[in-house]
Amino acid sequence: MAAAANMEKGELISQVKQQIALANAQEMLAKMTHKCFTKCIQKPGKALDNSDQRCISQCMDRYMDAWYLVSRTYGNRLQREQYRTMDSMDMSN
Amino acid sequence: MSEFENLAGSDKELQEFLMIEKQKAQVNAQIHEFNEICWEKCIGKPSNKLDSATETCLSNCVDRFIDTSLLITQRFAQMLQKHVGE
Repeated sequence: MAAAANMEKGELISQVKQQIALANAQEMLAKMTHKCFTKCIQKPGKALDNSDQRCISQCMDRYMDAWYLVSRTYGNRLQREQYRTMDSMDMSN
Repeated sequence: MSEFENLAGSDKELQEFLMIEKQKAQVNAQIHEFNEICWEKCIGKPSNKLDSATETCLSNCVDRFIDTSLLITQRFAQMLQKHVGE
Protein backbone atom coordinates (compact mmCIF):
# COMPACT_ATOMS: atom_id res chain seq x y z
CA MET A 1 0.00 0.00 0.00
CA ALA A 2 2.89 2.38 0.72
CA ALA A 3 4.16 1.85 -2.83
CA ALA A 4 0.69 2.61 -4.20
CA ALA A 5 0.47 5.78 -2.11
CA ASN A 6 3.74 6.93 -3.68
CA MET A 7 2.39 6.39 -7.20
CA GLU A 8 2.27 9.64 -9.13
CA LYS A 9 -1.25 10.92 -9.75
CA GLY A 10 -0.52 11.08 -13.47
CA GLU A 11 0.58 7.44 -13.45
CA LEU A 12 -2.58 6.40 -11.64
CA ILE A 13 -4.76 8.29 -14.10
CA SER A 14 -2.95 6.73 -17.05
CA GLN A 15 -3.25 3.22 -15.56
CA VAL A 16 -6.98 3.62 -15.02
CA LYS A 17 -7.48 4.81 -18.61
CA GLN A 18 -5.48 1.86 -19.94
CA GLN A 19 -7.41 -0.68 -17.89
CA ILE A 20 -10.72 0.73 -19.01
CA ALA A 21 -9.67 0.74 -22.68
CA LEU A 22 -8.46 -2.84 -22.35
CA ALA A 23 -11.70 -3.98 -20.72
CA ASN A 24 -13.68 -2.32 -23.51
CA ALA A 25 -11.60 -4.01 -26.21
CA GLN A 26 -11.99 -7.41 -24.51
CA GLU A 27 -15.76 -6.96 -24.34
CA MET A 28 -15.84 -5.96 -28.02
CA LEU A 29 -13.77 -8.99 -29.08
CA ALA A 30 -15.81 -11.44 -27.00
CA LYS A 31 -19.14 -10.24 -28.42
CA MET A 32 -17.79 -10.00 -31.97
CA THR A 33 -16.44 -13.54 -31.82
CA HIS A 34 -19.75 -14.90 -30.59
CA LYS A 35 -21.86 -13.02 -33.14
CA CYS A 36 -19.62 -13.71 -36.12
CA PHE A 37 -19.17 -17.36 -35.32
CA THR A 38 -22.94 -17.68 -35.15
CA LYS A 39 -23.42 -15.86 -38.46
CA CYS A 40 -20.61 -17.43 -40.44
CA ILE A 41 -19.97 -20.96 -39.25
CA GLN A 42 -23.03 -23.10 -39.79
CA LYS A 43 -21.45 -26.53 -39.98
CA PRO A 44 -18.01 -26.52 -38.32
CA GLY A 45 -15.54 -28.29 -40.62
CA LYS A 46 -11.92 -29.30 -40.31
CA ALA A 47 -10.67 -25.74 -40.89
CA LEU A 48 -11.89 -22.22 -41.70
CA ASP A 49 -12.05 -22.10 -45.50
CA ASN A 50 -11.74 -18.92 -47.60
CA SER A 51 -15.45 -18.14 -47.57
CA ASP A 52 -15.54 -18.61 -43.76
CA GLN A 53 -12.65 -16.17 -43.40
CA ARG A 54 -14.21 -13.61 -45.76
CA CYS A 55 -17.53 -13.85 -43.92
CA ILE A 56 -15.82 -13.37 -40.56
CA SER A 57 -13.87 -10.34 -41.85
CA GLN A 58 -17.00 -8.72 -43.25
CA CYS A 59 -18.92 -9.56 -40.10
CA MET A 60 -16.29 -7.86 -37.94
CA ASP A 61 -16.46 -4.71 -40.09
CA ARG A 62 -20.27 -4.65 -39.96
CA TYR A 63 -20.23 -5.24 -36.20
CA MET A 64 -17.99 -2.18 -35.77
CA ASP A 65 -20.21 -0.13 -38.14
CA ALA A 66 -23.23 -1.14 -36.07
CA TRP A 67 -21.39 -0.26 -32.86
CA TYR A 68 -20.67 3.30 -34.05
CA LEU A 69 -24.25 3.79 -35.22
CA VAL A 70 -25.68 2.49 -31.94
CA SER A 71 -23.25 4.70 -30.05
CA ARG A 72 -24.39 7.82 -31.97
CA THR A 73 -28.07 6.95 -31.56
CA TYR A 74 -27.64 6.43 -27.82
CA GLY A 75 -25.66 9.68 -27.46
CA ASN A 76 -28.36 11.63 -29.32
CA ARG A 77 -31.08 10.05 -27.16
CA LEU A 78 -29.26 10.91 -23.94
CA GLN A 79 -29.00 14.52 -25.13
CA ARG A 80 -32.71 14.66 -26.03
CA GLU A 81 -33.66 13.30 -22.62
CA GLN A 82 -31.38 15.86 -20.98
CA TYR A 83 -33.00 18.75 -22.88
CA ARG A 84 -36.43 17.38 -22.01
CA THR A 85 -35.54 17.32 -18.33
CA MET A 86 -34.16 20.86 -18.54
CA ASP A 87 -37.33 22.09 -20.30
CA SER A 88 -39.62 20.63 -17.69
CA MET A 89 -37.56 22.36 -14.99
CA ASP A 90 -37.80 25.77 -16.67
CA MET A 91 -39.39 28.11 -14.06
CA SER A 92 -39.51 31.19 -16.28
CA ASN A 93 -42.63 30.02 -18.19
CA MET B 1 -12.49 0.36 -10.18
CA SER B 2 -12.91 0.22 -6.40
CA GLU B 3 -9.21 -0.41 -5.76
CA PHE B 4 -8.52 2.87 -7.54
CA GLU B 5 -11.23 4.64 -5.58
CA ASN B 6 -9.46 3.67 -2.36
CA LEU B 7 -6.18 5.08 -3.69
CA ALA B 8 -7.89 8.34 -4.63
CA GLY B 9 -8.47 8.99 -0.94
CA SER B 10 -9.32 12.62 -0.33
CA ASP B 11 -7.90 13.90 -3.64
CA LYS B 12 -10.79 15.79 -5.25
CA GLU B 13 -9.33 15.77 -8.75
CA LEU B 14 -8.82 12.01 -8.66
CA GLN B 15 -12.28 11.37 -7.25
CA GLU B 16 -13.88 13.40 -10.00
CA PHE B 17 -11.74 11.73 -12.66
CA LEU B 18 -12.76 8.27 -11.41
CA MET B 19 -16.42 9.24 -11.28
CA ILE B 20 -16.32 10.46 -14.89
CA GLU B 21 -14.46 7.35 -16.08
CA LYS B 22 -16.99 5.17 -14.26
CA GLN B 23 -19.85 6.93 -16.05
CA LYS B 24 -18.10 6.58 -19.39
CA ALA B 25 -17.59 2.87 -18.73
CA GLN B 26 -21.28 2.47 -17.90
CA VAL B 27 -22.28 4.18 -21.16
CA ASN B 28 -19.91 1.88 -23.05
CA ALA B 29 -21.35 -1.21 -21.35
CA GLN B 30 -24.82 -0.05 -22.34
CA ILE B 31 -23.73 0.41 -25.97
CA HIS B 32 -22.32 -3.13 -26.01
CA GLU B 33 -25.64 -4.45 -24.72
CA PHE B 34 -27.66 -2.49 -27.31
CA ASN B 35 -25.36 -3.63 -30.10
CA GLU B 36 -25.75 -7.25 -29.09
CA ILE B 37 -29.56 -7.08 -28.95
CA CYS B 38 -30.02 -4.97 -32.07
CA TRP B 39 -27.57 -7.03 -34.10
CA GLU B 40 -29.89 -9.99 -33.61
CA LYS B 41 -32.94 -7.95 -34.62
CA CYS B 42 -31.49 -6.16 -37.63
CA ILE B 43 -28.57 -7.95 -39.24
CA GLY B 44 -29.26 -10.84 -41.61
CA LYS B 45 -26.21 -11.90 -43.56
CA PRO B 46 -23.23 -9.55 -43.14
CA SER B 47 -22.38 -7.87 -46.47
CA ASN B 48 -19.85 -5.28 -47.55
CA LYS B 49 -21.71 -2.41 -45.93
CA LEU B 50 -24.74 -1.57 -43.77
CA ASP B 51 -27.61 -0.62 -46.09
CA SER B 52 -29.98 2.19 -45.10
CA ALA B 53 -32.80 -0.18 -44.05
CA THR B 54 -30.40 -1.88 -41.63
CA GLU B 55 -29.16 1.46 -40.31
CA THR B 56 -32.76 2.59 -39.70
CA CYS B 57 -33.50 -0.70 -37.95
CA LEU B 58 -30.48 -0.35 -35.65
CA SER B 59 -31.31 3.25 -34.81
CA ASN B 60 -34.99 2.47 -34.13
CA CYS B 61 -33.99 -0.55 -32.08
CA VAL B 62 -31.98 1.56 -29.62
CA ASP B 63 -34.77 4.14 -29.21
CA ARG B 64 -37.53 1.51 -28.85
CA PHE B 65 -35.49 -0.42 -26.31
CA ILE B 66 -35.08 2.72 -24.22
CA ASP B 67 -38.81 3.50 -24.62
CA THR B 68 -39.61 -0.03 -23.47
CA SER B 69 -37.37 0.32 -20.46
CA LEU B 70 -38.96 3.65 -19.49
CA LEU B 71 -42.49 2.29 -19.95
CA ILE B 72 -41.79 -0.78 -17.84
CA THR B 73 -40.26 1.34 -15.08
CA GLN B 74 -43.28 3.68 -15.06
CA ARG B 75 -45.87 0.94 -15.11
CA PHE B 76 -44.06 -1.09 -12.48
CA ALA B 77 -44.04 1.93 -10.17
CA GLN B 78 -47.80 2.26 -10.72
CA MET B 79 -48.31 -1.43 -9.97
CA LEU B 80 -46.35 -1.06 -6.72
CA GLN B 81 -48.37 2.01 -5.73
CA LYS B 82 -51.62 0.16 -6.35
CA HIS B 83 -50.56 -2.70 -4.10
CA VAL B 84 -49.40 -0.35 -1.33
CA GLY B 85 -52.80 1.34 -1.49
CA GLU B 86 -54.65 -1.94 -0.86
